[in-house]
Amino acid sequence: MNSPDPQLHHSLLGTYESRRKVHPKRIDGFFRRFKWLIMLVTLAIYYGTPWIRWDRGPYAPDQAVLVDLANRRFYMFNIEIWPHEFYFVAGLLIMAGIGLFLLTSMVGRAWCGYACPQTVWTDLFQHVDRFVDGDRNKRMRLDAAPWTAGKIARRLFKWTIYLVIAFWTGGAWIMYFADAPTLVREFWTLEAPFVAYATVGILTATTFIFGGFMREQVCIYMCPWPRIQTAMMDEKSLTVTYKDWRGEPRGSVKKAQKHPGEFGDCIDCNQCVAVCPTGWDIRKGPDISCITCGLCIDACDRVMDEVGRPRGLIDYLTLEDSEGEIRGQDHRPTWKKVLRPRSVLYFCVWAGIGLGLLFALSARTHTEISAAPDRNPPYMLMSDGEVRNNYTVKLRNMEARPREMRVGIEGLPGAVMWSDTMSGDDAARTIDLPVPADATQTVRLYVRAPQGTDAQDFSLSVVSLDEQAETDAVEVRFVTPGDE
Amino acid sequence: MGNKRVDEPTGTEFVGHEWDGIEELNTPLPRWWLWTFYATVVWALGYVILFPAWPLIEKGTEGVLGWTSRGQLAEEMAVADQARATVREEIAQVPLERLSEDAPLMQQAVAGGRAAFQIHCIQCHGSGAAGNQELGYPNLNDDDWLWGGDIRAIEYTLTHGIRQSGDSETRFSAMPSFDGILAPQEVSAVVDHVRSLSGLGEPDARGAELFEQNCAACHGPAGKGSRQFGAPNLSDAIWLRGSSREAITSQILNPRMGMMPKWEGRLDPVTISMLAAYVHSLGGGEDFIEVAEDPEVEVDEQP
Repeated sequence: MNSPDPQLHHSLLGTYESRRKVHPKRIDGFFRRFKWLIMLVTLAIYYGTPWIRWDRGPYAPDQAVLVDLANRRFYMFNIEIWPHEFYFVAGLLIMAGIGLFLLTSMVGRAWCGYACPQTVWTDLFQHVDRFVDGDRNKRMRLDAAPWTAGKIARRLFKWTIYLVIAFWTGGAWIMYFADAPTLVREFWTLEAPFVAYATVGILTATTFIFGGFMREQVCIYMCPWPRIQTAMMDEKSLTVTYKDWRGEPRGSVKKAQKHPGEFGDCIDCNQCVAVCPTGWDIRKGPDISCITCGLCIDACDRVMDEVGRPRGLIDYLTLEDSEGEIRGQDHRPTWKKVLRPRSVLYFCVWAGIGLGLLFALSARTHTEISAAPDRNPPYMLMSDGEVRNNYTVKLRNMEARPREMRVGIEGLPGAVMWSDTMSGDDAARTIDLPVPADATQTVRLYVRAPQGTDAQDFSLSVVSLDEQAETDAVEVRFVTPGDE
Repeated sequence: MGNKRVDEPTGTEFVGHEWDGIEELNTPLPRWWLWTFYATVVWALGYVILFPAWPLIEKGTEGVLGWTSRGQLAEEMAVADQARATVREEIAQVPLERLSEDAPLMQQAVAGGRAAFQIHCIQCHGSGAAGNQELGYPNLNDDDWLWGGDIRAIEYTLTHGIRQSGDSETRFSAMPSFDGILAPQEVSAVVDHVRSLSGLGEPDARGAELFEQNCAACHGPAGKGSRQFGAPNLSDAIWLRGSSREAITSQILNPRMGMMPKWEGRLDPVTISMLAAYVHSLGGGEDFIEVAEDPEVEVDEQP
């Protein structure tokens, strides 16, 4: 290999390397089928979720998962999150992050190999390549062929399919942010908001480019996760391993028959490289390019079966087990590899946050009160010498039905109040107010205290007038002349 | 420039300037930069044709599109007015005293009134509508009203103003000066009596007699005041111009009387209605009584 590398370019800017196109070969086997399954499940979740209906009664949308940005509500099945509860979403994101750590410590880069959207969509687009242009060799030939009318037609056909998938992907995204059936109708009758078209446009473009053309370069050059993972891998991490102690030196079946005992099990058929979706040669060892999808294991096992050698020349293995196997020891049991202290610790943290969120979710009330006193003017002297303070009170009804709430004065002897929707003559210690479904009701309260009342703190309490009888209270100050 | 010299390491020409041995290279522009520059030139040509650009002696060039920033503002304001039009129409159709029955509409009216108040009223009444005792601007938050505190009375005051010349329907009254009519001792006695009405200081029999003769016609025998004349209630805790002896003496000898502009003709009726709703909502608003107890009161005769 002394000839100059044709992919290497020298220029004034320095040396750079252009991409070696990857044309992965079709393969079947355990890991390929597992990949199909994961692809099916993840794509079904992504495309299907917005279409699940969920009855919440007449006052709330009936879409199971809905991020309602316009009304600042987040619906997820029977959970409804308001903006002030956004820590639930933050908690879920933290759980997702720690979940990745947990997964990495248990099964290595399984996320990269199977479930990452970049992997799933790249896989999908590679199947489109195979469908339109045929398998690896045909594709390589077509790639090298001159641009004839036939090739152009084929490429246009392929890119059209790319575009349809990309458009569908971008289109599915916006369904999470509005009522899906309505949005689809609006989208095609050109009545949808501009942001819908812009979002679909951008996501169509990124899917088309990242899935159709960038592919493994996103994993190798752009994604930070492989870099973080290299720091997380240790001698107990599962990873795809080529057993060089068994395979080397490589030699064809013929050579091995001529010179028995001189060659290892690897017959140098190159099938492991041919099927690799990122074009890596696993026999060079683990690398950032290896997303541990296991397709090379499928390919190698198939070849080993054909030549009558034992399977597992390429296998999921930890570094520890590799060294053990070289020394002739047995592998540790699988449950020990998966359930190691680090994984248990990650799991505890992960589950702890999850339980905390569940607890917070079940303990939260759907009734809240907050109050802001008027500061300009801070108090009003009445003609009979009484003092009045005004408060802007917010009553929060987080139930999807209208409710009556009773607001009351706790403390401040002799004081009465009325609201902006009632007459001052009806002032009382408690007043009942209707609060619309799933809404915050702002109400002005006028609190009047007898002459001679000292400035003091008191509480405004609220109780929902239904069987839940949820309560809340807020402490506010009553200001009198001289206490400004 | 005959002597073209080339920098050996880079192969680039020198510009020809030299500062203490440091020379500048004539490095060519990147192509993308050049094309961006040409694009801005094309953009500028288009801009000069389409939009106002060249300042001339009288006014600038107008541009083919006829765009002006004032025109754009007018357009935006028209759009905003359009957006408010339905609410304003609804407010116009509801009799003002029944506005509070429609809570959402009332809230809209109060919000509109608050905005208008911040533009037209805060100069005197203050941003919190708390008035100013020193200058005699009434506090609109309390329950003491010179000319009536139901929403119709407030609207009337807003429409016709107080002591506005040129409006026959304006609210008008005058506190006479007693300088020269009452002797200083008599004034002092009246002041004592007035203060005693609200529990300040000791009563004064002579003062009570003088009050009966001189003041009760407007302020009432018990000093409760009269909204018909805008005569203040002298027996409550609220003093527009202070409750000290000096303040009251000054008001007897050299009375000051407030003026309130009339807003009819300056603000449209809906804005006046919204202002009335806002002032009424500040906490001291009184309930509107359909049939006035005193048919003489002008307020209730308003159509």
